[in-house]
Amino acid sequence: MSETRFQSLKDLPAAHLLGTGTAMCAGCGALEALHGIYDILGEKTVFINAAGCMTLLSVYPYTPFRGSWLYTAMASAPAGAQGVRDALDILLEKKRIGPEDDLQTVVLTGDGSAYGMGLSATSAAIERGLDFLYICYDNEGYGNTGHQSSGATPHGARTATCKGGHGFGGYKKDLFAIWAAHRPAYVATVVGAEPLDLARKVEKAKAMQGPRLLIALAPCPTGWDYDPRETVKIGKLAVKSGVWPLKEYIGGKTVHTKLPRKRLPVEEYLKTQGRFTHLFEPQRDEQTIQEIQARVDAYWHEFDG
Amino acid sequence: MKRTLLTGNAAAAWGMRLAGVDYLPAFPITPQTEIIETVARWIDTGEIDCRMVTLESEHSMITAAGAAAATGVRVFSATSSQGLLYGMEMLYTVAGWRAPFVLVNVSRGLSSPITLEPDHNDIFAARDSGFLQIHCATCQEVLDSIILAYRLAEDERVRLPVIVNLDGFYLSFTREPVEIPKSETVARFLPPFDPGNVRFRASEPVSQAVAVLGGGPYSYFRYQAHLAAMNATSVFEEIGKEFEEFFGRGYGSLETYRSDDAELVFVMLGSFATKAKDAVDRLRAAGQAVGLVRPRLLRPFPADAFRQALAGKKGVAVIDQNLSAGSGGILHRELTAALYGQPETPPVLASFIGGLGGRNIGPEDFFGIAAETSQAIAAGKTPPPRLLFSEGELKDVRQLQAIAGISPEKPGRDA
Repeated sequence: MSETRFQSLKDLPAAHLLGTGTAMCAGCGALEALHGIYDILGEKTVFINAAGCMTLLSVYPYTPFRGSWLYTAMASAPAGAQGVRDALDILLEKKRIGPEDDLQTVVLTGDGSAYGMGLSATSAAIERGLDFLYICYDNEGYGNTGHQSSGATPHGARTATCKGGHGFGGYKKDLFAIWAAHRPAYVATVVGAEPLDLARKVEKAKAMQGPRLLIALAPCPTGWDYDPRETVKIGKLAVKSGVWPLKEYIGGKTVHTKLPRKRLPVEEYLKTQGRFTHLFEPQRDEQTIQEIQARVDAYWHEFDG
Repeated sequence: MKRTLLTGNAAAAWGMRLAGVDYLPAFPITPQTEIIETVARWIDTGEIDCRMVTLESEHSMITAAGAAAATGVRVFSATSSQGLLYGMEMLYTVAGWRAPFVLVNVSRGLSSPITLEPDHNDIFAARDSGFLQIHCATCQEVLDSIILAYRLAEDERVRLPVIVNLDGFYLSFTREPVEIPKSETVARFLPPFDPGNVRFRASEPVSQAVAVLGGGPYSYFRYQAHLAAMNATSVFEEIGKEFEEFFGRGYGSLETYRSDDAELVFVMLGSFATKAKDAVDRLRAAGQAVGLVRPRLLRPFPADAFRQALAGKKGVAVIDQNLSAGSGGILHRELTAALYGQPETPPVLASFIGGLGGRNIGPEDFFGIAAETSQAIAAGKTPPPRLLFSEGELKDVRQLQAIAGISPEKPGRDA
């Protein structure tokens, strides 16, 4: 990381580039991450969006973006990026625009699109070597429709479609591994609560060519059921408990960028959110808590060992 | 005049080639695939300067096509049947972007049951999407319509994507003599694409296809697209005449054949209308005053042209190669809506369904249609819709059922 211009928090941009006054919820962890990402990417970008919370950033006639925007549909934002990127390349090759008019194509989707409906389009975009940056804000459910379970929902979480005593019975899909298996130029996990790590990764991705993909864990006050002021704390706890490993895939290798040497027990993280209350009240669901802990431990043992 | 034998698919590829297309997002599907294979070969040999990308689905293909058009390049794509339906969400979506491009659909019947042969249910499913539709009856018309479609789509009074439709097998794989226009002449008729303000440039940031809140702005933009589509009626007549000045072949929103003095008129879309022409000649020889009207434009619907062409006729037989289950033939419904309450509206407007899944409509069918419509004229009453199906065909199906071990008498299995 010696090549980075972001050595400490003081090196981060002092003011945000993305405008304020959007329709996002107070304490939105996705918006927090997007602020950090947009500060680094800048305005020479076109954001190609899929249906999700962030679609409501640009509502006619307002936008917080200083650059460009195209809303597509839930399943095909990477294909939209393909069309825009190809068209810009054609315009550059045929000298109908100069290099100063070129743009970075950035896909912006939630986990509902990234883990599910849009996975085929993303897989194909990576396979074609599309020069684009994918940002998935992962709030671990279909947030915009009231937080139903998605392919990103963690085991045991209560969602609008899993309100029973044990919460969601499935397990969060490993999208990082799925993306990395395609051998793209770059994949990384980030969280808004770790802005330095995030800035370094976006800086690195911005300078690269080819498919570059980021998954930003996006604590969600409404979906995860906590006070909006806790967003940063919960984001940090996700990292410190080992639930959300910060890592990057580059040059065929996966490297952790922040090692939680002394990992906090997962329940320190789970307890902060109403979606896991049923694991602790009215009585403690030791089995589920232990299962979640064991899965996190197993993940880290693989890398520690 | 030099003519070359071309399939409908090759004619479509030639139309795209002469239009100077920059970008082709593609996905293979029978019976369209020959179009993209032909273009791919020309790209390989350096005969055309076009970028082609194979997407992983038609949904993505139409997204990429719309996105590239919205960035400011000339785009072409092609699909068929299930592919058109797989991309249906994006047909509606990209039409609203007001980014013009041309999509060829090679008509093929829809699943279920799955089939390869043609009818028009696929293209009628796209009827309300916002795409304009030009329907072709010959290979020459396929080539010419693609060039016309770019002029129409890119016209500042229109600015909507256009589907050019041709029938699978009957046109897609049938060779006909086609005059290939000179590319210099096409370049004069169709100047380079001017994207206007629908484009992405770093120096002029723009938000496209943003969400709206509330019915007011939503209605506004939907009405704008509708009014632009309505403008396309007169724009098409205008550029069709201009096309004749350049190439010696004119195109209006309707083709009429021996219909001026006809008492009974067939109305049909697409290549099967050439079968109707043959039947008109035979019926005329038998002393019946029969004619044909074939719409080239389906969207916008050429209502005024139909009213004029059919005014004072005693009867009209609409032969639909589509079936809206629970309603009937869609073109018949549309034509009825256009004619109802208008002066000199034909008193009988009969509906016939045929040609589904490539089923032939032969001279005997047309004679039957003419006879039934004549009886209706005499009785002064429009008959209920009729599904064309012969006893011989039923016998064939019964034989297949016997092989399959199905008894048609068993309730719940067969009607």
